[in-house]
Amino acid sequence: MSSIEANGKTYETDEEGYLADLNTWDKDVAVVMAQIDDCELTESHWEVINFLREYYEEYQIAPAVRVLTKAIGKKLGKDKGNSKYLYELFPYGPAKQACKYAGLPKPTGCV
Amino acid sequence: MADFEVPELKEYPVIPHIQEGTMAHSKPFVAKEQFQEPLGFPGELVDNWQQVAYDKMEELTGKYRSLAVFLDSCVKCGACTDKCHYYLGTSDPKNMPVARQDLFRKVYRRKFTFAGKYFPKLVGAVDLTKDVLDDWYSYFHQCSQCRRCSVFCPYGIDTAEISMAAREVMDSIGVGQKYCNEIIAKVYKIGNNLGLPQPALVDTLEGLEEDIEDDTGVKVRLPVDEKGADILVVTPSADFFAEPHVDGLMGYAKVFHEAGVSWTLSSHASEAANFGMFIGSYENMRKVSLRIREAALDLGVKRIIFGECGHAWRVAYSFLNTLAGPFDFLDPKYPVPMHIMEFTYDLIQRGALTLDKSANDDMVLTYHDSCNVARASRMGPKPGGQFILPREVIKASCNHFYDMPQDTIHEATYCCGGGGGLLTDDLMELRVKGALPRMEALKYVVEKHGVTHMAAICAICKSQFAKVMPYYGFQMDSIVSVHQLVSNAIVLGNKQ
Repeated sequence: MSSIEANGKTYETDEEGYLADLNTWDKDVAVVMAQIDDCELTESHWEVINFLREYYEEYQIAPAVRVLTKAIGKKLGKDKGNSKYLYELFPYGPAKQACKYAGLPKPTGCV
Repeated sequence: MADFEVPELKEYPVIPHIQEGTMAHSKPFVAKEQFQEPLGFPGELVDNWQQVAYDKMEELTGKYRSLAVFLDSCVKCGACTDKCHYYLGTSDPKNMPVARQDLFRKVYRRKFTFAGKYFPKLVGAVDLTKDVLDDWYSYFHQCSQCRRCSVFCPYGIDTAEISMAAREVMDSIGVGQKYCNEIIAKVYKIGNNLGLPQPALVDTLEGLEEDIEDDTGVKVRLPVDEKGADILVVTPSADFFAEPHVDGLMGYAKVFHEAGVSWTLSSHASEAANFGMFIGSYENMRKVSLRIREAALDLGVKRIIFGECGHAWRVAYSFLNTLAGPFDFLDPKYPVPMHIMEFTYDLIQRGALTLDKSANDDMVLTYHDSCNVARASRMGPKPGGQFILPREVIKASCNHFYDMPQDTIHEATYCCGGGGGLLTDDLMELRVKGALPRMEALKYVVEKHGVTHMAAICAICKSQFAKVMPYYGFQMDSIVSVHQLVSNAIVLGNKQ
């Protein structure tokens, strides 16, 4: 089992760096995960991460890309409610990279 | 952007010189116990793995006559050597189809042929050692089972079937691939590859209904689990989740709306994909298929229509009746099953849809034939319908369409590079390199005809291209769904 260290705590992850246990997530580990990818988490990143966590809590799955862009658009204005904006924040793909930082499992399938 | 070298797009395709072992490092993650056991496979490498593997090989070559014929009949003519996109993209000689087959064949010879048993060195026969097993794991996960090589083989040897058998043997000794097996386990648990539960599906579909109404002013429904509907639509779960897939799904909904038929999705069979085929497991393929039968019976539908998914259509068209049939409870007036392309094409032929082609005037289109549709199925009543119907639907929806070069389309189509259970991030280098021949063909029509977008009817192709096109200088959104074009062009509420 792989793991990540953040603030003196150890977090177990799978081979691809996603948290093994969703409940071990906290903000510190999100920051360290982002640092590994050379990404600094800004307020805009947190908006997305927080929405992902809320949605997951309700539905036990990450939101579809369109659900996410719509929610972000409603919250932050129409100019940000598109995948281009999300890809600027998460260049490896909002579904996968943002899910990882939010402690969610990786979306699987033909996506 | 990448920690490997992205191949250069040349002016015309060049068959590369071999570079031995360049892809020997490429291996997908191995499935852990929790992903193996729901499929009926051991959780880790079993103690007597060699014997178990031999027994499995004997069982498979006995059960599948085709497999034994493919293993016995190769004459090493070399016709297949330059036909695989993974060889063309990686230069690794073990990605030549004949060499890939030989990884399996040399063990088969050793155990099951006279010459191999007594004179192994003369016929290149070897035991299944740990090194050979490692090679199997690596190179049988560098085959997307696209079957292009089999088109050019004078004996019709199907490497896909050998690679499926090899994966089945590996699964039986506890060496499974994480990507495929985790996904199949999710289908059993939740109903689809994504793990999208029913409430999330309902929420997503409601959102899409809102979007269509905002956009067109027309209430178009995307119903789920509606008993008594006439048509059950089975589509890849990527259609609910990813782009451009979701634009295709909205296209199907608009077509059904205009046709005035009652239809429903099912949360029990919320997946068209069937990864049981990729791992060569008849039992798992059957179990996944049966969900469709169960949903059809439970909802009381009269017809089943499949959405845009390549290998699902192979399973549906070629195997569904024996896997999950008989479908004598469905309306015999319609094909069992039917493809969404057949449904839409038929409406267009009858003049039942109003399509405003100018809605797609911002695009110049080409079409990527998906391997499983092109080489393992058919559409409509005529031979070659699987090439004709999608193109006719595209041409009815847009003004500008150009095909890529002839040796890269129809039955000679190149794989997207991510099919056959390889659409996973741990194989990104392989995926990017394997897309090379398709990218070269695309570049040709981009330069010659000003093509801006490529349409496809397979969820894997769409996700793969969205991911790898940027490596070659194309925009990620230049891949579109065929029904996305229909969706853009369709004029709602026009026909009574």
